[in-house]
This record gives sequence, structure tokens and C-alpha cells, in this order.
Amino acid sequence: MAELTHDRGGPRGRVAVLKPQVFAWVQDYGVYAAVLALLLFNVLFTPHFLDASNFRTQLVQVTPIVIVSLGMALVIGTQGIDLSVGSVMALAAALVVLYLGYGWLPALVVAVIGGAVVGAAGGALVAYVGVQPIVATLALLVGVRGLANVLVPQLVEFRNPDLIALGSSSVAGIPVIVLIAAALTVIVLFVVRRTTFGRQVVAIGGNRSASELSGLPVRRVLLLVYVISGLLAALAGVLATARLQASDPTSLGMFIELSAITAVVVGGTPLTGGRIRVLSTVMGALLMQLLAATLIKHNLPQSWTQMVQAVIILAAVYATRKRETR
Amino acid sequence: MRRTELEAVLEARGVSKRFPGVLALDGVSLALRPGEVHALVGENGAGKSTLIKVFTGVYQPDGGELRYQGGPAAFGTPLEAQRAGISTIYQEVNLVPMMSVARNLLLGREPRGRLGVIDAAAMYGEAERVLSGYGVDTDVRRPLRTLGVGAQQMVALARAVSVDARVVIMDEPTSSLEPREVETLFGVIRRLRDSGIAVMYVSHRLDELYRVCDQVTVLRDGRLAHTGPLAELERLRLISLMLGRDQNEVRTEGLTSFSREHAEGDERGSGNGAPVVEARGLTRRHVLDGVDVSVKPGEVVGLGGLLGAGRTETAKAIVGALPLDGGQVLVAGAPLRAGSTSAAIRAGVSLLPEDRKAEGIIPTLSVRENIALAALPSMGRAGVVSEAKIDRIVEIFMRRLRIKAASPHQLVSELSGGNQQKVLLARWLAVRPKVLLLDEPTRGIDVGAKAEVQALIDELAREGLGVLLISSDLEELVEGADRILVLREGAVVGELSGDEVTEERIMATIAEQSDGRADA
Repeated sequence: MAELTHDRGGPRGRVAVLKPQVFAWVQDYGVYAAVLALLLFNVLFTPHFLDASNFRTQLVQVTPIVIVSLGMALVIGTQGIDLSVGSVMALAAALVVLYLGYGWLPALVVAVIGGAVVGAAGGALVAYVGVQPIVATLALLVGVRGLANVLVPQLVEFRNPDLIALGSSSVAGIPVIVLIAAALTVIVLFVVRRTTFGRQVVAIGGNRSASELSGLPVRRVLLLVYVISGLLAALAGVLATARLQASDPTSLGMFIELSAITAVVVGGTPLTGGRIRVLSTVMGALLMQLLAATLIKHNLPQSWTQMVQAVIILAAVYATRKRETR
Repeated sequence: MRRTELEAVLEARGVSKRFPGVLALDGVSLALRPGEVHALVGENGAGKSTLIKVFTGVYQPDGGELRYQGGPAAFGTPLEAQRAGISTIYQEVNLVPMMSVARNLLLGREPRGRLGVIDAAAMYGEAERVLSGYGVDTDVRRPLRTLGVGAQQMVALARAVSVDARVVIMDEPTSSLEPREVETLFGVIRRLRDSGIAVMYVSHRLDELYRVCDQVTVLRDGRLAHTGPLAELERLRLISLMLGRDQNEVRTEGLTSFSREHAEGDERGSGNGAPVVEARGLTRRHVLDGVDVSVKPGEVVGLGGLLGAGRTETAKAIVGALPLDGGQVLVAGAPLRAGSTSAAIRAGVSLLPEDRKAEGIIPTLSVRENIALAALPSMGRAGVVSEAKIDRIVEIFMRRLRIKAASPHQLVSELSGGNQQKVLLARWLAVRPKVLLLDEPTRGIDVGAKAEVQALIDELAREGLGVLLISSDLEELVEGADRILVLREGAVVGELSGDEVTEERIMATIAEQSDGRADA
């Protein structure tokens, strides 16, 4: 029936208001335009917006979401979803303080490996057992949070200077964790655009049976995508922990999967897979952050932010619908 | 004829439709009268689909007038057209695969009991009754996807017709039907015609048009090329109208584009040397029963048989896309790892699948990415893709196969069926296979692209490629193949070579095995 109803762009269409070219442009660059417009608005109407400290705070706050949403974009590109990312952050936070005695680097490595293992579990369920991604990662969302709480039952503060430095130092005025997020963005962008693996991820999301018949290692690629998502989430968890100067597995990363999915969707990556927009995903995360900050600065209550965010999500989903085809 | 004097039930008068960059319909007029079967033909891109979509309310015309039952009509949505009595059966089955056969058939008008709850028993009874009239004998409680493509198409047809229709539009209805089902379909069409319903019949199969259609309208490049009674139109004249080519040119080229010397084996080198691929005793319960197939370099082996005889399954089993209970595939004498398509591709065996949309193209990717997909591992170093290498390969194949696209970066889903098929062929040629398994390579593509694909198969075989050709088009099979294996119920029931390769012999081979029922 989709065949019969997909066309709403005709002159008599009841939903369409935009011309196809305009629509295509909004699809591709809408999120950039929205970020620019918000920046402009703030420059004009928000006092102290241009202060470096304000900028830094905004960026630092959004960093974990950006890192997590990079992995989420890959997973969504395969027509999947990863709900376990928040719990993986919590697990990483737990592991990093448990192993901090061996030094910050070994602790970080252990935490990241932990994230990769959770990712591998989710990926194996999806790729080899055939469990639906939402179910497989939902189980992990619940279970891994529990595991993290068993490992570290309550908030633990730490005094390791290196880890604290990772979370609070800056290079050339830019916080290190922001630089790390930027570097990860570049890496993921490269992987998606320039590697065989990246092409295969997109192809599998676009048409899995065609990819199988084309000899693509479909299961291996799917597994790897979830491993990468787990790995990035763990890294986000460690960085967030470093910034907090405390490990808090009970609440760290709570609901971040929703923010990450929002960033991906607002960035224009369709949930139907087959397309991954890395930079737009980052822009999506920035947009939501900026929006919240703007509304707060203008003394609008939190509930307003949520409602405006809902409108943006719907607008983004509307814009990502398939282009009209003949 | 009396019926040509009847007033048209559905009529387009000078209808135009413009898309960005294309004038898809340019002042086309067509009158569909009650009780006639009207053929609509033309190459892909001629505007057939667009015209159908104008008739069915998917598109609104930019110019001209649409008339229905004597008055001006404007269908804002497909539903409006459907409610007014225009039913459509699309080329690709357009149903809900996970729902039961009965639900699909009666979707939206299920029999309801008290409280508006669907009366399941009544629904199943009704569905069984309706479908038996279409030769579909199946458990209507099963999900639709468990049926073969042909049976699914019959359900779609039954659904379209059982709505109270005054006009029935059929877009390539026979493309996935086996001969027996085609007979049933023609019976249904004649029944519709006799009851005063107007049928518009779109097909690439000329035999069928001459068998069931009264009138014909030929479109070319969005314009009306011809309209009139079909019986008065000579077959070659019809082809030349469709192609817009000189009639004599068509005559010398024949109806398919295969060269006719395949019987003389040495021309292509067929019959020489050891088989490049050899399948032994392919077995899967209920599907394949000990199938042996071998293909030599430069040889085109045809697989004949009815729908569901195991032709597609044989091809899938050879490339490892169908789990097997037994059997072995040897490539150049070495056994292939079972169940691994990538191993088969590396060994040089590739499959062009039957279902272009579901198993072929990646709709979200460009022409370029689709072509490069299978060859990706060889298109770079250390997992990093070499764009230059891809560009080179893509350019070579786009030119060689004459793929018509705005640019290599155009989305593959925006191309016509014929060009999509060429993109898939390019994908496989890019991995330089030793054997290509082609499952219905020319199904649902226009006459021009069909000829090009056939010529290409011929050329590739002459260059030494082994080809396994599956086609429901007997003419294509006979003219294309050096040797034909006839399958029935998952087993090879006959092998034809040399002078035996004729349509009659294939049908006879199928028929003589059909428990004495030689009526096939």
C-alpha cells in the first residue's frame, strides 16, 4: 500500500507545502541552518552568550551525547537501534574506578573493553541469533545497569590526578574531552565515507538480502557495528566520569540513548537504514543542546524545552521521509 | 465492432504530466470502453506507468482532461479512484507479506460480526471461495509471504477484481505467473470483458497481447504513437512503433538479440574442456531433489521448467544462498564451502537474483555504490576504499552496458527497471566471475533493455564466461541457451541439446513428466 500513498508532493497533495528542490535542501542542510539560526538569535538577544566560558560549558555538556550518537548513527544505519548505551556508560564508570589503582590508562582500557564486550553481546544476539535489535539491546539496558550497580553500588569519588585532568584540562582553550569528541567524529566520518566497512554498513541497512547475495559479510559487519557503539559509549562514560570526578553508575548515562537517537534523527539519518549522516548527527546533538540552553537563558521552564524538542523531532522525521519518486 | 461505438468509461484527453526535468506525458489521449481489453505498450520511460498513475489518482495531470463515466473526473488519491471503481494490479506485488492470505484478500472489507469484530471464520470461507476461482488452492490462514510469487500475484488480482470494479488496470500481471496460471488469468480477463468491465492490460509479452487484447495504444517518449484495434496491427509493425525504429531494421535483428549460431558449439568454444562449475546432487527437503548441473566455460545452460520447479532454488544453492541437506558444488574441480555466498563469489560464481527490488538493488545508494558493492574488497587497500579505482570501474561498465543515469551519483531507485538490471549486471561483471547465474535477467524490463541484456549475455559467453540462464520466456531460453535442463518438482527431468533445443521440446519434456497430463 505504500506504493499507493507515498505521493503527497503533487499539486493537490494535502501535506506538502514545499517544492521538491526546497524539500531536498531542507533534508540535507536543515539541521545546519537551524543551528546557525539559533546561534544568530543568541548572539543578538542573549546576554553573555559569546563568553568563552559559556561556550565551553555548552560543548562539554553535549560531548557524551555526541560520542554516543556517533555509534548510534552507525547502528541506526543498519536499520538497528542500540538502547544499551546509557548502561554501558554506567558500566564503564564502574570499571574505571575499580581499576584506577593500576593507573588511569589501564583503567580506561578495561572500561572500553567492557563496553566492547557488551556491544559484542548485543551484536551477537542481533546478527547471529536473530533477535530484534530493540529487544536485544533493551535486555542489555536493564542487565548492564544492574551489573554496574553491583560493581559500584554508590557514588565513589576519586582523586587520580590524571583522570581528573582528562576531564577538566584544556588545550588552547578547548577542553580535552571536546577535542576527543571532535577526533572521534572525524574517525567515524572517515570510516563511513572511505572504508569498505563503512560502505558495507550502509548497504546492509539499505537492503540486507541484496548485501548477502553480494557476498558481504553481513553478520560480521552487524556484530562490529554494535561493538563500535559499545566502545564509543564506554569512552563517553569514562570521559563523563572524569569530568564529574566521581563514578556514579546509578544515574550516569540515564536516558542518554533517547538523546542520542534524537540527535541521529534530527540529523536526518532515516530510521529505516541505508544512510548515515555523521556530521549532521553531531549537528543534531548540538541543536538540541543549544535549544535547551537558549530556552533556559530566556527563563522558559524545562517543560517548554521538552515541547519544543518534540516539535523539532517531528519536523526532522517529516523531512527525512523518502523523497518523492516517480 | 459494436463496442468501439460505446462511450468510453475512462478517457484521457490530451493529458500531460511534468516532473522536474522530464515531460513524462505529452498530450496523450486514450479511450477505454466498457467490455474491451485494451493493451498499453511502450518501452520503459514511454510513460505507461505515469499514465496508469494518472488514471488511478496517484498523480494529477498538469494538462489535459480526465473523464470517467461520461463526466470530468479528478481523483485526488488512489483511494478515490478505487472507490469510484478503478482497480489496479501493480507489477510488483503490493500486499502485506506478514498478514494471512485471507486478510490480504479482504483487507479493509473484512466480514464483521457483532461489535464490529472481524468474523474470522467467515473471512477464511470467503477467501477460500474467491481464490479457488483463480486456481489458488492454499491454506488462507498462512501468511502471504509463504506463498510463491505467482500465487501472491493471483491474490493481488483476486483482490483487485473482487472490489466492485468498472475498470481494471493490470500492470505486467503475468510476469511472475506460470503458463497454467496465465491461462487462468486470461479466463478471468475474458470473464471481466464479457461482463462489461474495461480492462487495461500492460505487458511486454506480445504473444499475450495478441491473445487477449482487442485494442492497443502505443506510447513512446511520453507521446501517443498509435492507437487502434490490435488485430489490424502486424507484430513487426507494433515492435517498430514501440522502438521507434525502422521496420526492416527490426526484421533483420530478429525478435531476441541472441545470435543464432549457438548450436555450432565451437563458435563460442562451448562444449570445450572441463566444467567450470559443477553441482552434484543438490538436495533440500521439499525443494530440490538431487539436482546435477554443470556449466562449461563459454556455455549457456538454460534451466527450463514451470514456476516452483526449483530453478531459482538451484541457482541459489549453487552460490550458497540456500541451506542444503545434501550435495556439493565444485568450482574448477575444487569443492566450494557450503552456505557461503562470499566464498562462491571469490571462487568466481555470482548470481543475478530474480527479485531485483528485494534482493538486488540497494535503493538508498547511488548507481556508483551499487555497481561497486560486490567488488568492494578488491577496490582498495587495508579496508580503505580507492575512489579512483571505483570511478574507473563504474565508468567502464556504465559505458559498456549503456546505463542511462543522470550521473553515477544518482540514486539507483530513480532508474528504470532496465537500467537497474544493467546496474546489477555491472555489479557482477565488476568481480570478474567465471560463471554467472542469471535468474530472469530480462523480466519486467523494456524491449530495448531486454535486447541489450540478451546481446550482452551472448557476448560474455563468447568471451568464455559460463552462464546459467533461467527464464520464463521460452523464446529467450531457446535462443539464448546451448543446452537446457528441464526441472520439475526439484529434479532434473530432461536435458536438451543441439537441435532438441526448441520451445516445443521443452514443453513436451515438462508435459510428458506430468503424470500423463500432456496439456501444458
